[in-house]
Amino acid sequence: MRVLWRVIVKEFLQLKQDHKMIPVILVAPVVQVLVFGFAVNTDVTHVPTVLVDLDQSAASRDLVARFTRSSYFELVGSEARADDVDRWLVTGRAQMALVVPRGFGDALASGSVGRLQIVADGTDASSASVALGYAGSLVQGLGAEIQLRRLRESSGRALASGQVRLLPHVLYNPDLRSRWFYVPAVLAMILMIMTMLLSAMGVVREKEIGTLEQLIVTPIRPWQLLVGKLTPFAVIGLVQMCLAAAVTVFGFGVPIRGSFLLLVGLTMLFILNTLGMGLLVSTLVQNQQQAMMGAVFGAMVPMLYLSGLIFPIENMPPAIQAVTYAIPLRYYAEIIRGVFLRGSGISVLWPEAVTLLLMGVATLTLAALRFRKRLD
Amino acid sequence: MIRLRAVMVKELRQIRRDPFSLGMLIVLPAFMLVLYGFALNFDVRHVRLAVQDRDKSARSRELVAAFTNSTYFDQVATPPAGSDLAAITERRVARAVLVIPEGYARALAEGRGAPVQFLLDGADSTTASTVLGYARALAGEVNVALVSDALAASGDESVMPLRLEPRVLFNPELESTQFLVPGLIGFLLMVTAVLSTALSVVREKERGTMEQLRMAPLRTAELVVGKTLPYLGISLVATVMILVAARVLFGVEIRGSHLDLLVAVLLYLFGALGFGLFISTLADTQALAFQAGLITSMLPAILLSGFIFQIRIMPEPLQLITYLVPARYFLVILRGIILKGEGLVTYWPQVAALSIYGLVVVALSSARLARREH
Repeated sequence: MRVLWRVIVKEFLQLKQDHKMIPVILVAPVVQVLVFGFAVNTDVTHVPTVLVDLDQSAASRDLVARFTRSSYFELVGSEARADDVDRWLVTGRAQMALVVPRGFGDALASGSVGRLQIVADGTDASSASVALGYAGSLVQGLGAEIQLRRLRESSGRALASGQVRLLPHVLYNPDLRSRWFYVPAVLAMILMIMTMLLSAMGVVREKEIGTLEQLIVTPIRPWQLLVGKLTPFAVIGLVQMCLAAAVTVFGFGVPIRGSFLLLVGLTMLFILNTLGMGLLVSTLVQNQQQAMMGAVFGAMVPMLYLSGLIFPIENMPPAIQAVTYAIPLRYYAEIIRGVFLRGSGISVLWPEAVTLLLMGVATLTLAALRFRKRLD
Repeated sequence: MIRLRAVMVKELRQIRRDPFSLGMLIVLPAFMLVLYGFALNFDVRHVRLAVQDRDKSARSRELVAAFTNSTYFDQVATPPAGSDLAAITERRVARAVLVIPEGYARALAEGRGAPVQFLLDGADSTTASTVLGYARALAGEVNVALVSDALAASGDESVMPLRLEPRVLFNPELESTQFLVPGLIGFLLMVTAVLSTALSVVREKERGTMEQLRMAPLRTAELVVGKTLPYLGISLVATVMILVAARVLFGVEIRGSHLDLLVAVLLYLFGALGFGLFISTLADTQALAFQAGLITSMLPAILLSGFIFQIRIMPEPLQLITYLVPARYFLVILRGIILKGEGLVTYWPQVAALSIYGLVVVALSSARLARREH
């Protein structure tokens, strides 16, 4: 036990000696959560729209007012000819154009069909389809109103048809704020990057400097060396998680509805995995550059994208969906969302917890075996 | 000229001796494109839906059919009355629950409004807002059908008084890969160019071979150009591989001129390599160079460039920072050339910004390198 303690102390001393590391470890998570938290936002509002009103009637003005009153669209300019809107879309000054053709008001007044044109820049497919959806439901709503009015006017009786009233009830995030979704995800991302890089680099650096040989000739057993080297990284990871969680909750107002202690406990299980993977990377590479490239591009980036942290897993092809089950971050993403937003307890999250524990132990064992073989 | 070639040959030999890193630089971008192309997808389909139909009438079954016959929703559960509906979303059995209360059909028949509940898991807000949009649109369609039925029953013709004609330019199928591929090119080029130059210089510093290079009869410019040109070549090869992969796998075609594209890529790489060099003059260890490179080039290229997250909805101070991110300008040009078929002339402000950025970073790093010589 005392040997183990010594290794841990040595590791902390080494970290303290590297002056540039301490700010990186403590300040980076806070800054990153702050910057990312402000940057990541996929709410589609105030879509820059250019207007071509060729009709200039009361009906067309009413329609335009409906578009601008909603916070979804924002008029950034108007053109006199429909062909001129393309310039706005090509240069990106507007994302959408609303064209009201001549005769729109007359058509509505005479009881025939009023036609409307929407031109959208489809390059940003996801926001364009959301904006088209808004426009569609705005027009649909107006159409239904006009239809009812005509019916009442023509027959002078109330409509004999009821209407479905959809009452949406959004759980956990009633205003659908995208920050509530992304900021906890950033927390998980930072935790993974830092702990994995630390453990991958920590071992390789000693290899490069040659001090690993010195450690091997001391009477420290391989498991003591490993546990001693990894424990400080786990502690750093937990500290970073707490810092990032504080920014998430107090800086961005994301609620933490579940138990914080549960989050800490399950985070430890996740750190087992990231430390194990970092160690595994360090047994596969020769120098620090390879360790960094391998850890970042070989492990972290694919994991980030395949974990469901940002991109929903259901949307992926089945073959890739199968791969996601092997990614620890997938389970941690569920845990993060469960504890922060859904207020879930261990009774809901136990399958994720057990999976993380098993995967963590397996990765660490594999890494430790490879590590030992290289020591002999 | 001979000295310049000597530096380049030396650098190329060094690259060849580390096949792992070379492979990373060339193969990785194309591999990532494949991975991202399949994984990066905001198009929502087949949402898992639980349905609690307490009315059990022909009308309520029609409503359920409207949901499940669309490709948007898959019915995965039918919780009995009185069960805990929130638990269904919390355990992620379903993303949404449709609850049709008793008296639904009667309310419709009497011409009243018939409330229907739609419980939605909002934890993934992006998907949730898309799903909510689908549900509203489907309910709207059902309403239109109800009105048409009533009109037909009373002998009136049913015409929808408004018709919306959407026309989508540049990406009519609204595929998100078309949008993301140019962004990926910008991000991958930035990372490989910045990291490879920064690390190659810092490695020489760490090993002490930088001193030898300084003592050699070389001018600063020769050293800088000789060290960066090989990486420019590698980055160009990586660009071509990304474009070919994008074409073959995702059908992303280059609609504009290839020459304009090459000029834009060269301009961007000029800035990126210069920035890598600049980092190498600041950092003394590879670990630090790598961290600094990642934080100052890769993350802004993902987050602050308009790659995934739109710049115009960011807070003001952050929007100001994005003006310092070269990927921001590059993406506008790249999307213009690849998707919109435009030329460089259209995007002259962005081209000017990229040129200025490149000149400033190269001047800064050359000045720092030159000062260290004395």
